[in-house]
Amino acid sequence: MNVAGTSVPRLDGEVKVTGRARYALDLTVPGMTHGVVARAERAHARIRSIDTAEAEAVPGVLAVCTGTNVAPLDPRFGHVVRDHPALAIDTVRYHGEPIALVVAETRRAAERAARTIRVDYEDLPAVMDAEAALADGAPLLHPERVAGTRDEGLDSGGDGLAGNLCAAAEYGWGDVTAAFEAADLVLEGEYRYPMLYGYAMEPYNSIASFEEGSLVVYSTAQHPYMVREDLARIFSLPLARVRVVVPYVGGGYGTKSYTKVEPLAALGAYVTGRPVRVALSVEESILTTRSDGARIRARSAFAADGTLLARDFDVVMDSGAYTDNSPVVCAKLANRCFGPYRIGAVRVRVRSVFTNTVPASSLRGFGAPQGNLAGELQMDEAADRLGLDPFAIRLHNVVRPGEEILPGKRGIDADLPADLELLARSLGWPDAPEGRGIGFGISASDAGAHPTSVAMVRLHADGSASAAVGATELGQGSRTVLTQILAEELDLPLEKVAIVAADTGVTPYERTTGASRTTTLVGRSLQAACADAKRQARELAGGEDVPYEVAIKRFFGAGGEIIGVGTVRRHGEFQAMPPFWEIGCSGVVAAVDRETGRVRVEQLTTVGDVGFAINPALVHGQDLGAATMGLGAALSERLVYDGQTLANPNVVDYRVPRCSDLPERLDQIVVERRDGIGPYGAKGAGEGSLNPVGAAVAAAVGRVLGRYPHELPLTPERVWRLAQVEASRV
Amino acid sequence: MTATTITGRINGRELTLRVDNATLLLDLLRDMGLTGAKPSCEMEICGACTVQLNGLPVSACTTLAVELDGGAVETVEHLDAGGELHPVQRAFLQHSALQCGFCTPGMVMTAKALLEQNPSPTREEVIHWLEGSICRCTGYEPIVDAILAASA
Repeated sequence: MNVAGTSVPRLDGEVKVTGRARYALDLTVPGMTHGVVARAERAHARIRSIDTAEAEAVPGVLAVCTGTNVAPLDPRFGHVVRDHPALAIDTVRYHGEPIALVVAETRRAAERAARTIRVDYEDLPAVMDAEAALADGAPLLHPERVAGTRDEGLDSGGDGLAGNLCAAAEYGWGDVTAAFEAADLVLEGEYRYPMLYGYAMEPYNSIASFEEGSLVVYSTAQHPYMVREDLARIFSLPLARVRVVVPYVGGGYGTKSYTKVEPLAALGAYVTGRPVRVALSVEESILTTRSDGARIRARSAFAADGTLLARDFDVVMDSGAYTDNSPVVCAKLANRCFGPYRIGAVRVRVRSVFTNTVPASSLRGFGAPQGNLAGELQMDEAADRLGLDPFAIRLHNVVRPGEEILPGKRGIDADLPADLELLARSLGWPDAPEGRGIGFGISASDAGAHPTSVAMVRLHADGSASAAVGATELGQGSRTVLTQILAEELDLPLEKVAIVAADTGVTPYERTTGASRTTTLVGRSLQAACADAKRQARELAGGEDVPYEVAIKRFFGAGGEIIGVGTVRRHGEFQAMPPFWEIGCSGVVAAVDRETGRVRVEQLTTVGDVGFAINPALVHGQDLGAATMGLGAALSERLVYDGQTLANPNVVDYRVPRCSDLPERLDQIVVERRDGIGPYGAKGAGEGSLNPVGAAVAAAVGRVLGRYPHELPLTPERVWRLAQVEASRV
Repeated sequence: MTATTITGRINGRELTLRVDNATLLLDLLRDMGLTGAKPSCEMEICGACTVQLNGLPVSACTTLAVELDGGAVETVEHLDAGGELHPVQRAFLQHSALQCGFCTPGMVMTAKALLEQNPSPTREEVIHWLEGSICRCTGYEPIVDAILAASA
């Protein structure tokens, strides 16, 4: 191979270090106006009326849109259930929900006008807690349910949901009751994972305009094709007349999956006939999407030799006011929580619950970190109770290469026992330095999402080639990796190939840029498109293998080009789900200050089981970046509700990892066994190394303090209290 | 609204501008097409809007445009004005010290200011300087390595 497998410099590196890379937030279009959102000051209320008269009178204001004055348009979106209004219609379901959009010639005029909007509310009882929302007689957020769209290809769910149940997943096999009765050790515990804000540094923003009968939207979105479907429904347009363009994206991590502010900008453009930008602040972005917090009740049954006999998990997710992506997170949490172990009997119930809080949707890890906290900590606790080694107990139970984790699904395309060995060695297990604790864990996520990908390759008359793909460049380096694949497949130098990406008006369909799928699935559709183009070139040259430009010249005489198309769909080798497993194998060495409760992670090890690293530097970047996000959730990140409002909707009070939190020692191991379904044996990276980090940090802290914490983040106060309890026991 | 006439240098060019007193330096720059500095936290925490005002790194999101009067501001766009990348920029490329790139202009300007003040910082000093600059993608290590590589 020529360029696949080498750390070629990022293609977007130079525009990014010089500040010339264009993000949606940097664009302007001629005649652009500004939309500012007025937000609800109630968590749950009926809207009696909205007084926009004063706002409309502010000089420069062009229009004030509300949920009802945009009728007959139905401004609701949602790729699973279309229940999320871009602007509240009749009812407010969380504090901070958009109530009105003011469009004005300047942002300042729109801001001033938005502050004058008065809403007459009839208060309704609010429910702020997921367990309370499940109780009989709890206030209902959605008394009238909306049917699911079936867009997401969910195997089940959506039917028979009642009360505040947003989604539910039940999963299992074997005789759980009998296995628990026969066990030598039964563990039972309750664990809590916080609701998080992904803090992509570019806040949500979009520009929308109607041009010649088409809706054109520039946005900071991960899944432009999903956004296109929502917009097409709202404005009754064919998909062909909705163009969503995504320039460079300032951070995604799942927070920019699915529709966010695009309908707001488009409604403004529809009403005023002018291009409208809606650019949210960070505080408003926090009020737009968060991740699902979870309470996990976990039971695990073990034999005396450490064999994991059965697991029984009951999970309640706090999913906020609207459905968004929570049903998918719910389904994933259900099949990721018990871990990649050989288990005779499993019973899982996950309930995703509506509450009067910011709606939850995707975030890196997608259900895995929540369940992993409980599952992995019980592996540690079982080892302690049985007098076994926590590393050995995992090795004893973990699935072997090719073995099924989930009945009927693709067997695991990874060597977890070998990965665990590498991890333990790097961490120096079991010999922790004085006063330190070692913690580690593993996970396997059914990654890749629904495998639909289309790619197009164009061979040009001068022998160069370009490819059009729908994948978005979020910083993960997809443009660079896909360029490497294109050059490799066509046997062209990097300078003669180019990628055009993420413009639904130009590039072919890509289901999502998420679930760590791009290298694997777009890579494969791109390979297929290259093969198709090369086959055509040979045909045009009468079966001769000649340079592409010669084939084109022979056929067209002057100019011309060859277009190759490649697809990946759920068929053939992609029939079995998931398309691939994404492995998490991470560990830490941590110091705990018993006096202050401060936890300092001194070493972080990740084992990236990626099959083949097409660009090793980018794989390192994904592994360290993901694990660092895991450290944030483990140590400091959480959204806190104080009554009906968020107490910390800003980056001062919501603390993400800073440079000083960087562990002194980093060991990033990349394992290449060529066992993935992607190009050259590759498979996805980007989420895996995050997933076990929360449990690993908790285990390390637990080993220092003598008791495993069950709740994240491990803030100094929480750790200090835990230390006091243990001190009083001695 | 009151406005003030100011004279200041922006990336080496002296300009006389009439600016609204409430206008932020960040908006002034971005409205001129200098979109390298980014708005994010809007509270001087994240560092994405860092520019150098009279040589010092400042958060343009919390600096008024009128403060430019009689002074000079330099943004990331100016660093390769001579046709070559600044050593910090080259080091960021060599060390894969960026992913989404949204924080990168602010990181580069912070690093440049540090090296102008302290050409040979220790690792601890680099980490201390970066405390006001958030990166959500990289995990920081490659950024610290890049700055150390660019130091004397």
